[in-house]
Amino acid sequence: MAGHVLEISDTTFDNEVLKSQKPVLVDFWAPWCGPCKAIGPIIEELATAFGDKIRFAKCNVDENPVSPGKFGITAIPTLIIFKGGKNVKQITGMVAKSKLEADIKSLL
Amino acid sequence: MKTADYDLVIIGGGPAGITAGMYAARARLNVVMFEKMVPGGQVLVTDWIENYPGFPEGISGMDLIQRMTDQAKQFGLKIESDEIVSVDFSQPVKSLILNDKTVTAHAVIIATGASPKKLGIPGEKTFYGKGVSVCATCDGPFFKGREVVAVGGGDTAVQESIFLTRFAKKVWLIHRRDRLRAAGILQERALSNEKIEILWDSALTGIEGLSNVEKVNVRNLKTGETRSLAVSGCFIWIGILPNTDFLGDSVKRDEFGFIIADSKMETSVPGVFAAGDVRTTPLRQIASAVGDAAIAAFSAEHYIENVK
Repeated sequence: MAGHVLEISDTTFDNEVLKSQKPVLVDFWAPWCGPCKAIGPIIEELATAFGDKIRFAKCNVDENPVSPGKFGITAIPTLIIFKGGKNVKQITGMVAKSKLEADIKSLL
Repeated sequence: MKTADYDLVIIGGGPAGITAGMYAARARLNVVMFEKMVPGGQVLVTDWIENYPGFPEGISGMDLIQRMTDQAKQFGLKIESDEIVSVDFSQPVKSLILNDKTVTAHAVIIATGASPKKLGIPGEKTFYGKGVSVCATCDGPFFKGREVVAVGGGDTAVQESIFLTRFAKKVWLIHRRDRLRAAGILQERALSNEKIEILWDSALTGIEGLSNVEKVNVRNLKTGETRSLAVSGCFIWIGILPNTDFLGDSVKRDEFGFIIADSKMETSVPGVFAAGDVRTTPLRQIASAVGDAAIAAFSAEHYIENVK
């Protein structure tokens, strides 16, 4: 079963991500981006595996330009892991699921 | 007869891997395809494909891959999202080593494709994702009304530069030679596009900025003259490198690392085949990749019949 990935917007970003008690992985994506669509199911699988320790969220940069702007994102897919409101890991482009798993584990 | 987990393992899920998988599934082989991310490969970052037969109006890379995957699955192809990290082809039954298991197969088709080559200049790595990009469809919209540079002169560089003009105010196309290598129709479109300015005989020597790309340095290779361009994006399309690290010395490769295969797509190891961009070939297109793959699957089927 696919894990839960929360949809966040510019309005909810602060509360859901920066003020979250748990670490949050945010998947910045857009409908025009092929690799983003491709990475989506992987994020859902990771949410199933790690959902109890870390929150998973996605932010559509087409509809929410402010949040990606804050983090200087000019390439997608970009994944950022936030811990205590801080950007602790930023991953750009398509990466293997095994690599993402390793990155997540190293931050837990 | 030695036993193996599978008749055939296909490594890589771009057009070549998917096509080989479809043929193998239709041949009713016990086959699995491993893709470390999701099916698609380089096609996923291609904005528009208009030279693949059957789509007179053109098709996006994303849609084409979706259709190919659906078609292969329809015949029962099993796709696993996992990565082969190394191989052992020393025995007639081949071993494929994954992170947490090993699978065996009588035959293997390597269709791992290629990845964009890097320039190896200062700033390229630092600003990756912060202005440096290899995917115009993904990142072009971030550069609305801005100036960007694109590096290269082949089909990808020229086609994607034209795509970038939908967003960017100006695209500086930097090319090492005094003429483009891209297909004639793409050259015509680029040369007549007012937003594209080509800097001939030139090379990018550095990418600079604070947190994001702010300027690039360009050197004219004939005159030695250097200049800086104030841009916020830098797209690099200077060719590809084969994805073959996991193979070690298991199969024969050419001086650039591409796998050498014969007309049956068989490599230096009997029962190991290669298809698509990963092999030594004069042309790397979707059309040629799927052609390779059909031959590789057919050859693999015959090989398996003989060893089983």
